[in-house]
Amino acid sequence: MELLFERSHSGRSLENIPATTVSEYQLPEQFARRTPLDLPSLAEVDISRHYTELSHHVHGVNCGFYPLGSCTMKYNPKIGEEIAALPNFTQIHPLQPAQTTKGCLEVLGLAQQYLCEITGMDAMSFQPAAGAHGEFTGLLLIKAYHHSRGDGAKRTKVIVPDSAHGTNPASATMNGYTTVNVPSNAEGGVDLDALRAAVGPDTAALMLTNPNTLGIFDKNILEITKIVHDAGGLVYYDGANLNAVMGLVRPGDMGFDVIHLNIHKTFGTPHGGGGPGSGPCGCKAFLAPFLPKDQIKENAEGYCLTQPAQSIGRVRSFYGNFLVVVKALTYILMLGAKGIPEAAQGSVLNANYMKTKLSEVYDVPYDGFCMHEFVLSLEKLKHETGVSALDVAKALMDNGIHPPTMYFPLIVHEALMIEPTETESKETLDRAIQVFMDIYHAATADAESLHQAPRHTTVRRLDETRAARNPVLKYTPDKD
Amino acid sequence: MASYIPMNEDERREMMDTIGISSLDEMYVNIPADMRVKKLNLPEGRSELETRRLMEKISAKNKRFSTIFRGAGAYWHYIPAIVGAVVNKEEFVTAYTPYQAEISQGVLQAIIVFQTMIANLTGMDVTNASVYDGASAAAEATNMCRDRKRNKALVSGAANPMVIDTIKTYCFGNDSEVELIPLKDGQTDINALAEMLDETVSCVYLQQPNYYGIIEDAEALAQAAHAAGAKLIMGVNPIAAALLKSAGECGADIAVGEGQPLGMPLSFGGPYLGFMATTNALMRKLPGRIVGETVDVDGKRAFVLTLQAREQHIRREKASSNICSNQNLCALTASVYLAAIGTEGLQRVAQNCYAHAHYLADKLAELGFVRIHKTPFFHEFVTRPPLAADKVMDLLAKHDILGGLPLANGDILWCATEMTTKEEIDEMIRILEEVAK
Repeated sequence: MELLFERSHSGRSLENIPATTVSEYQLPEQFARRTPLDLPSLAEVDISRHYTELSHHVHGVNCGFYPLGSCTMKYNPKIGEEIAALPNFTQIHPLQPAQTTKGCLEVLGLAQQYLCEITGMDAMSFQPAAGAHGEFTGLLLIKAYHHSRGDGAKRTKVIVPDSAHGTNPASATMNGYTTVNVPSNAEGGVDLDALRAAVGPDTAALMLTNPNTLGIFDKNILEITKIVHDAGGLVYYDGANLNAVMGLVRPGDMGFDVIHLNIHKTFGTPHGGGGPGSGPCGCKAFLAPFLPKDQIKENAEGYCLTQPAQSIGRVRSFYGNFLVVVKALTYILMLGAKGIPEAAQGSVLNANYMKTKLSEVYDVPYDGFCMHEFVLSLEKLKHETGVSALDVAKALMDNGIHPPTMYFPLIVHEALMIEPTETESKETLDRAIQVFMDIYHAATADAESLHQAPRHTTVRRLDETRAARNPVLKYTPDKD
Repeated sequence: MASYIPMNEDERREMMDTIGISSLDEMYVNIPADMRVKKLNLPEGRSELETRRLMEKISAKNKRFSTIFRGAGAYWHYIPAIVGAVVNKEEFVTAYTPYQAEISQGVLQAIIVFQTMIANLTGMDVTNASVYDGASAAAEATNMCRDRKRNKALVSGAANPMVIDTIKTYCFGNDSEVELIPLKDGQTDINALAEMLDETVSCVYLQQPNYYGIIEDAEALAQAAHAAGAKLIMGVNPIAAALLKSAGECGADIAVGEGQPLGMPLSFGGPYLGFMATTNALMRKLPGRIVGETVDVDGKRAFVLTLQAREQHIRREKASSNICSNQNLCALTASVYLAAIGTEGLQRVAQNCYAHAHYLADKLAELGFVRIHKTPFFHEFVTRPPLAADKVMDLLAKHDILGGLPLANGDILWCATEMTTKEEIDEMIRILEEVAK
């Protein structure tokens, strides 16, 4: 495949902007750039065909099954795209007078109301642009809270379980906190004794995903949040896995003080190949005074933006990835009070069905019902046949299936983390199960064939070491 | 069936039999019963038609202006038709981050093209695949410059106030200091900067053109920063970058910016696009995704996410940032925009911006809206109005025009682009003549 730059032909252009009619105004030479701009010269048809070809080399949710664990790659309803494209949303300047943005404010206000109801929180900021950004914001609220109580200097530690997403410890570091890892117990939950030993007067917070990355709902959740609260710490809910329990149980009722949501996972908005997402940060009332500036609020005249008294400031410009919130609100309105928990139950049903079937041959390291996802360990398979989780993942691609999340969580060796989501049909699941079975049998019969996978993809396995050792991070024309 | 679940009742029953349950609730055995939600206090679900009507009704409560003379961080530009056609392709819209390179070459190729374009525009060596927006890009850049000895960022007082707020908030997080550099005639005061620079300063952040539209003497500010051992971060407007000396030419160590002008609609503030570019020396401190070129086992050219040893999923608490999802589709948007507009087109957009803003400033001056700065500007400028700013805005709003942004002191920050041609400007001036003379 050629790069866009390699399709460039001098003299081609689209002529989309006229020359100015007040050309007597010219930028003085002293300010002008010296090195020439070098954008490709293309006709519109070149661009159209180039990107159409590129789109054929991308696996989207519309292309096929996408059981990427912890990423909740559910089908993205198209109505959301059309609503978010309404000119009365897309052509609104963020600094227009408030009385001219009532519709936008209502979107934020309703989204806050509904998402607070779903999560058991009292207020929510839509400023964070993605899940990790929401984590960062949530920890800032916690930090500001401890500081406001004169406790900030001594509460320097954030506790995370060893099954946590990498963003949790990274977010702690961005807030100047030291991360303390606590181990999981035999059931895959938080080890309560280890947690009791870890908390103390230096505890700022515990960050927890529930259900966790093993797909297990921690039955000790009330005890866990109590242990942290008793030590004077706060409890942070990583909402990455909310899809399993939305409408069935609320983080606020589990004892969590702060949460972020991954709108682009749980609430049906597409992921865009890596964003834009939306990671709203919700909190209990006692933390609301610390929320970012421009907090949406309802008053007698409708919705307005307010400045919380002890605000942490801002984590980005304006009010977040607004159009993504529009899509999420559309999704929530479609599903409603019954549809939200129904979706959660559907995701759990699909995951348990696949888990039950796959456990006939694959090792599932943790017993019991899973939530929306489960983890396979291919450690034994690798030991016996040499076929690794990576090999299996690559073989799935040859069958039109996006691989599960690999080698995560870190506490399971040769892990494949599978999240089917509720929007997949039984025949899709059955076919995927069959493919997994075929791969397993191929591993025992002809391991080498799996080391060679994938064969039918755009490119085959890549030399990642070369990419990192000798970074080529942009296109440079051949010198000939 | 609601919830976009394709399963019918028979299939569901069959699956439950396979699992060995008679009710779905059995799978939720770990959730304490008294914690369960009885019924969500949400409206009942709606059909697509009803949902569409409701959302259209909500959107109709916004007022859409037919002409916009307001910028201040969000800019009204023309978006060529091809941009939407490409960006709305379902594969691009619905894919996840391209972890699995073999089935993501389309996205990875698009990103390396974006990286190439931003590197060229900023005159820097390397770029990442995007961050959330211009403000968070600026804040992440200050974090790249920090070390144990140097823990203070000096930020131009002429940076966008939301960018300043964002930098301050990130620095509250990582326990570093921020000080604002005073202004002189709307420009960052280089003499004041010289006095503030010492061995604790990690970086100087400056915006080009600045919040008041003024063209900064970035080269001189870079030299001053470097002389004191600090890095220079330049926040650049990507349209202005087509004409102005590039960040690289000015000696910047890091260039960041808000990419919204490159094909993204105003959208009440988002999604927008943060871009970050730097020198080879600082490459491994960049946060976020970066795409690189390599080969596959057959020796075929291929692209892949690289330098991942910086990132949270590998390094956890030692990562350069916590960023995971970025603004990939917006980066794609920007690269299609730049491809569609081309080198001459982008220069033409920038020339339009410059010329229209200067024509507007001259016309406003004739009505007594006098520029308060004498320093050179690009496509934004500040005037003191001859009457109250809100009266000006109300009058213009009646004619479907969004005027400049009223500032706290009663001045007005105006903006012109290729969309506000001589015709639109003359029309607004005619309206203002009614009250200003």
